[in-house]
Amino acid sequence: MAHSEDEILAGLAEIVNEETGLPTDAVTTDKSFTEDLDIDSLTMMTVVSVAEEKFGVTIPDEEVKNLATVGDAVRYIAQAQS
Amino acid sequence: MTALRLAPPVAGSRIVAIGGSRGENLVPNDDIVGPINSSDEWIVQRTGIRTRVRADEGTSVLDLAAAAAEDALGKAGIEPADLDAVVVATVTHFEQTPALATLLTERLGATPAAAYDISAACAGYCYGIAQADALVRSGTARHVLVVGVERMSDFIDPTDRTISFLLGDGAGAAVVGPSDEPRIGPTVWGSDGSLASAIYQTRSWLDYRREELGEPVPARPELAEEVSQMVTPTLRQQGPTVFKWVITNIPKLALRTIEAAGLTPADIDVFVPHQANMRITDQLLKTLKLRDDVVVGRDIADTGNTSAASIPLATERLLREGDARSGDVALQIGFGAGMAFAGQVVILP
Repeated sequence: MAHSEDEILAGLAEIVNEETGLPTDAVTTDKSFTEDLDIDSLTMMTVVSVAEEKFGVTIPDEEVKNLATVGDAVRYIAQAQS
Repeated sequence: MTALRLAPPVAGSRIVAIGGSRGENLVPNDDIVGPINSSDEWIVQRTGIRTRVRADEGTSVLDLAAAAAEDALGKAGIEPADLDAVVVATVTHFEQTPALATLLTERLGATPAAAYDISAACAGYCYGIAQADALVRSGTARHVLVVGVERMSDFIDPTDRTISFLLGDGAGAAVVGPSDEPRIGPTVWGSDGSLASAIYQTRSWLDYRREELGEPVPARPELAEEVSQMVTPTLRQQGPTVFKWVITNIPKLALRTIEAAGLTPADIDVFVPHQANMRITDQLLKTLKLRDDVVVGRDIADTGNTSAASIPLATERLLREGDARSGDVALQIGFGAGMAFAGQVVILP
């Protein structure tokens, strides 16, 4: 079943919270993973791996560098599941 | 039809003893950060490595392998002449032939034992244990020496920011012999060559030879930039790609390995993954849900990533320092280039 963008955002916030300890309300669509959330490339790969499983999508490694903000990731996952 | 006789099967195999040898020099991060414009803090945060061991110029892969093998044979109380086969896992024996295992067999005084090398990168030791277990149980060999050995310092580029700074030199060895009951569980293994470019050699030795001879070198467009800068072939990796592959796939492999041995994660006393990166070890632990008191191999912090040698070296250290004990149930898993992977549950010697 497809998840809405709000559900994807909430799911990503949970994953980021689990992996980094950041509060879920800090994870908003305008935030940059690296600049604002201080997520390095390895933690980003963990977030992507868990998100793939959670939302039933595949995010190719070469796409990950294009996911600069949380909003980019939400939109990519929303499109990938349809 | 003529019936052929087989050797009587053996009930099980076991690791009789584990030995190790490390490069003589403890190289701290501060000694290698210059050419990669990095810092001790960055390397520790990204990898958990504070020092790596590197061998003296005059210490060869054969020297390292022989020292680890003699340590293991001594602990096992087994004479070299009692070895029926010697299996060496390495990617840093820089001669196509003869195999390093044959030289090691002769050095140890184990000739005419069967001897061959296997190329399975960081999974090499677990591949070797898989072979030794099968050789012993089939009656093909009674005692097998398995050695994982690397001089990764011969395969690095000091200016490389992808993998060279992780790597160390050393050897780990296990003597495998027959057992009344299985003390090496079933091997779960495989590979994924579709990711051959995730950990790779910058160019082939054949291309290197062609250039030396002034012959045309076929283009490898995907590596053009690096090839133009390289003198000799060295190792590279796409770190985030490798990291993601490992944390996505290895936990499933680990669970299959535990189940194949008829156990549950709660039965595992000791966890020794390939010492690739402390962040990988931590992430695997998080996913695997082993017991809170599980003992974890973290030799990488001081020894670095020694490829095929890392699992036996980490195990040898846990036993030597008393963190793990004889009879403990250990899960060991190797993974690396070509995405070759293999795991077993073993009872520690």
